[in-house]
Amino acid sequence: MSALSPTAPVMTAAHSGRDEKVAFVVMTVLLVVAPLAIYPFFLMQALCIALFACAFNLLVGYVGLLSFGHAMFLGLASYVSAHVAKVWGLDPGLAILAGTASSALLGIVTGALAIRRQGIYFAMITLALSQMIYFFCLEAPFTHGEDGIQSVPQGMLLRLFDLSNQTILYYFVLLVFLFGFLVIYRTINSPFGDILKAIRENEPRAISLGYRVDQYKLAAFVLSAGLAGLAGATKAIFAQNASLTDVQFAMSGEVVLMTLLGGMGTIYGPVVGAFIVVAMQQYLGQYLGEWVTVIQGSIFVVCVLLFRRGIVGEIAQFFKRSL
Amino acid sequence: MFAILGISPQQLFQQLLVGLINGSFYALLSLGLSVIFGMLNIVNFAHGALYMMGAFGAYFLLQVLGLNYWFALILSPLIVGALGALLERVLLRRLAGLDPLYSLLLTFGLALVIQGLFQNFFGASGLPYAIPSALAGGTNLGFMFLPIYRAWVILFSAIVCFLTWFLIEKTRLGAYLRAATENPTLVRAFGINVPRMITLTYAFGIGLAALAGVLAAPIYQVRPGMGADIISVVFAVVVIGGMGSILGSIVTGFALGVVEGLTKVFYPEASNTVVFVIMAFVLLIRPAGLFGRTA
Repeated sequence: MSALSPTAPVMTAAHSGRDEKVAFVVMTVLLVVAPLAIYPFFLMQALCIALFACAFNLLVGYVGLLSFGHAMFLGLASYVSAHVAKVWGLDPGLAILAGTASSALLGIVTGALAIRRQGIYFAMITLALSQMIYFFCLEAPFTHGEDGIQSVPQGMLLRLFDLSNQTILYYFVLLVFLFGFLVIYRTINSPFGDILKAIRENEPRAISLGYRVDQYKLAAFVLSAGLAGLAGATKAIFAQNASLTDVQFAMSGEVVLMTLLGGMGTIYGPVVGAFIVVAMQQYLGQYLGEWVTVIQGSIFVVCVLLFRRGIVGEIAQFFKRSL
Repeated sequence: MFAILGISPQQLFQQLLVGLINGSFYALLSLGLSVIFGMLNIVNFAHGALYMMGAFGAYFLLQVLGLNYWFALILSPLIVGALGALLERVLLRRLAGLDPLYSLLLTFGLALVIQGLFQNFFGASGLPYAIPSALAGGTNLGFMFLPIYRAWVILFSAIVCFLTWFLIEKTRLGAYLRAATENPTLVRAFGINVPRMITLTYAFGIGLAALAGVLAAPIYQVRPGMGADIISVVFAVVVIGGMGSILGSIVTGFALGVVEGLTKVFYPEASNTVVFVIMAFVLLIRPAGLFGRTA
């Protein structure tokens, strides 16, 4: 199975990392100047979802674990963050930390359960667990059910930065995104990341080499959950609300779509995929209505049948670069 | 005993009945998933959407062609099953030999397309489907009122499940099927058309889902979202039972339906999540599932 893994390495040439660094500079510059041309609210939305997709990709792309319930981490963190900021009235930074921590904790529990099975079972287990979290968020009093938590104060970060200022808010969200992105980048290119890739390629062999595969998987799962939480917690602060949308199954499906479209197992793929999907919803949503679901489904089918490497994966392959 | 628990026997038996009904659907759906998994080694994420199509099939047959419930019970699974065969031939077959995650993603995409299309044309609200006149009404059993249609659904599902089990475990065709699951290459060498068997197996699993959809149509309204609602529970059922065993999926399906019904009586807040909680415990104690074999 390993030779045909969904996330088989895109590159065969030696991995220098130079292309990735150049791409990082280009991406950062683009994102810094983007608010001059593009509506910042859309950009912030896309950045949070892109971080969410990158966190998801850490699991599917580098450990080979397809989670079909990642929305639970995004959604729970956004509820916790919104609650801490609004009801407890704490600093937005603390609210985001609290959200991230709660998702990481949830990641420990759900990860410990889910990694007991592999492959397709892993997908079904994560789906079922996220459905449980969904019902919890629907019924728990602090989430306010269908209404969600509305008008969350953006507040003063560290009593210094006024996040109700759109410009400051945007660069704050951008910093959070870049931080999360670099954490993932470092993880992938560390000895720890190499072991994750070894597990993806051939788990029995990794075990026979003496690696405690389950511990590595769990660590990756918790990291992914925490970063997905970071995305959700930040989203609640900038968008000033937390709702059931972020914890619903549809969101778990969308993150799979973004990653598949952009390129599983590529570093920049999820970012590209997230921007495309969020743009599609933002700008075409009003014209298309329910057709959005049909289009998303068709993209899945087309990607799986025709280009399994995704957009960034295909580009990287074409130019023989590592992205 | 009922007085102590503060629960009326009527309520208890009503919920048991609802539990058995849902259990029938869980059993039929997880049975289909197991059969498909055994032969194709994939998880069919489109299962819920095809269950929904079964219900819509019954609705169309009645509205457009004027064919009643009994025709729908046969025709709808056949039509949806044929669509399944087509999907397998045209799309899924291309992914044979690749990582099973790809087929999972493909079926998930198909589920989105199917559900989106139905939502587009029929909205999110439900369409009514009348209980066939022969099965209308009910009888008073003394301790509870039993609607005949509900009793029919449980009985009929149990029979279909038994026949499927018999077909796979006790007949020659089933033996071929099990052999092809173990070693397709060898079975092909004996001159058995395994690719055709795979197509028919997929169609059969889909047919079971569509049949559950027809049975569900008079109980729940015919809604585009009905498949998405049930599928996550069915996946949990499959994880609990383990996909290796036909009998296992049937027993687990019915049992979990009953457990869910009982939870509605004793602790209604948890009725939505009880199956997932059980799944978590089973994963802790027996990761392969109650009837599963460790791979």
